[in-house]
Amino acid sequence: MKVLVPGLSGRLGKMLAERLLELGHDVIGIDRRPFREKPDGVEMHEIDIRKRGAEDVFRRVRPEAVIHMATVTHLIMQSEDRYRINLGGTRAVFEHSSTYGTEHVIFVGRHTYYGAAADSPLFHNEDEPPMGLSSFPELADLVAADLYAGSALWRYPSFATTVMRLVYTLGPTGHGTLATFLRGKRVPTLLGFDPLFQFMHEQDVVSSLCTALDKRPRGVFNVAGPQPVPLSMVIRETGRTNIPIPEVVFAMMLGRFGLPKLPHGALEHIKYPVTVDGSAFKKATGFQHQYDEKGAMEAYREAFPRPHH
Amino acid sequence: MRFKLPVDREVRERLDRLEIPFNEYGVDPYGISKQYLGPSLTALKFFFRHYFSVESHGIENVPAHGRVMLVGNHSGGVAIDGAMVHASQFLEMNPPRLAQGMAEKFLNKIPFASQVANRCGHLTGLPEHAERLLADERMLMVFPEGARGTAKLYKERYSLVHFGTGFVRLAMKMKTPIVPFAFLGGGEAVPTISNALSLGKLLGVPYIPVTPWLFAVPIPAKLEVYYSKPMIFEGTGSEEDEVVSGHVEQVKQRIAGLIEVGRRRRRGEPEAA
Repeated sequence: MKVLVPGLSGRLGKMLAERLLELGHDVIGIDRRPFREKPDGVEMHEIDIRKRGAEDVFRRVRPEAVIHMATVTHLIMQSEDRYRINLGGTRAVFEHSSTYGTEHVIFVGRHTYYGAAADSPLFHNEDEPPMGLSSFPELADLVAADLYAGSALWRYPSFATTVMRLVYTLGPTGHGTLATFLRGKRVPTLLGFDPLFQFMHEQDVVSSLCTALDKRPRGVFNVAGPQPVPLSMVIRETGRTNIPIPEVVFAMMLGRFGLPKLPHGALEHIKYPVTVDGSAFKKATGFQHQYDEKGAMEAYREAFPRPHH
Repeated sequence: MRFKLPVDREVRERLDRLEIPFNEYGVDPYGISKQYLGPSLTALKFFFRHYFSVESHGIENVPAHGRVMLVGNHSGGVAIDGAMVHASQFLEMNPPRLAQGMAEKFLNKIPFASQVANRCGHLTGLPEHAERLLADERMLMVFPEGARGTAKLYKERYSLVHFGTGFVRLAMKMKTPIVPFAFLGGGEAVPTISNALSLGKLLGVPYIPVTPWLFAVPIPAKLEVYYSKPMIFEGTGSEEDEVVSGHVEQVKQRIAGLIEVGRRRRRGEPEAA
């Protein structure tokens, strides 16, 4: 099957490309970033998904399936551009998929869609609205892209749409928000708060995408693997040191002392848990994760041992 | 928690017998942690056995396995009622059970309080949590009087205030037996003479109970808990208010009856036939 992947150049993309090739698919990538260590056999187009050249790729390749990974997370990238990439890019992917006869589009979304708040329940179901927006308005583009992708379910009946809300990834490539947060020797946390964190090993994330590609379930699905664990445990088991800081001090420190400049709402995500119920996806596709929480944390720790400086 | 708090041997053994799917690290999917339960139940055991020497009656009425809701009255200005029922279920049931309370929403905003409550199994009181826990065959501890119940003054200690109806709807929807219980003595342990509302507001809690010795430090009054036979209400949980209120009233009457039995015993009167 010809599989087109916008946003393929990331570390997770490389893993996905390798797996798709193993499964015998033709892999075509679109990304404005260069694809370092591109696996042999991947056809790569270094272009912005919103540009005409990207449409030309759709026209020429006519992919049977599209896995849309070209969204940027709010916790890493802070810019005006993010809005345009996430919304404009998603729109382009669905429009081209419709125009050029794609049979299946997978939107790779995030479980942070639901937001983190003091009164939000554990293990969100897919039908819950994104309540976290009020405390963290910067989440808006991510939420809008997710809902836009979901609207393709009725707007484009000609192809199957699968919206996946994946938990954090953790594993040997160090891809993702959580992995980035854990990179240093010391990890700052909020004193008196220890939220549950839900994550999957990268290989399981790739497996879930391939399972979705194979089963083509229509709908919106949370995708989760092992049970969540407290943040303090993730820090300890990955060999880091937990530095609990009072919230007031933490907020003042943002953007200084090597801490990223984050909107205040981002702190909610290390204060309260975002966890999802992934049973609907498992039921629809038969997906099973291979790595438990311990395996994922160990894999990260081995690949990124505690830095010495 | 890097420092190690002492854990009683009986508590440790009982922790291992809890029918809860702890992972290799002793944490369950809801974040309930043996590391937190150990020291907290060790402390509760002291209060349960020695400080208050809690007496429980009718524990044989509590199902040993499967979903169940313990529904009772609030007694005492701070959560000693919940804490002692939690201890009773853990120390007196075989196998031990973990009674999970539904915490007031304000608790989750307070540093440490939220962390400790969550790790010990007392999740925020949301219908989603209650349903999910029951679906997982857990034991829920519910006080339908809510914060109005803990705010009862000393002179009101044997009365019941308004019961919410949500718990009956939940029990019906989730096909869960309700075990009503009465808790006595909390009003003596923490005799509230007044509730400081504005101070509470300042501290982000509903109120601060004021006792004759100012702070709500419980004195070692005799505490008692009476468990009654399970009540089962058939239905879907989406019945009209009238129907549900009738069921709520039955539960409330059962609890009021248990309180009356307890009061007589406390006064040394013979038990009614």
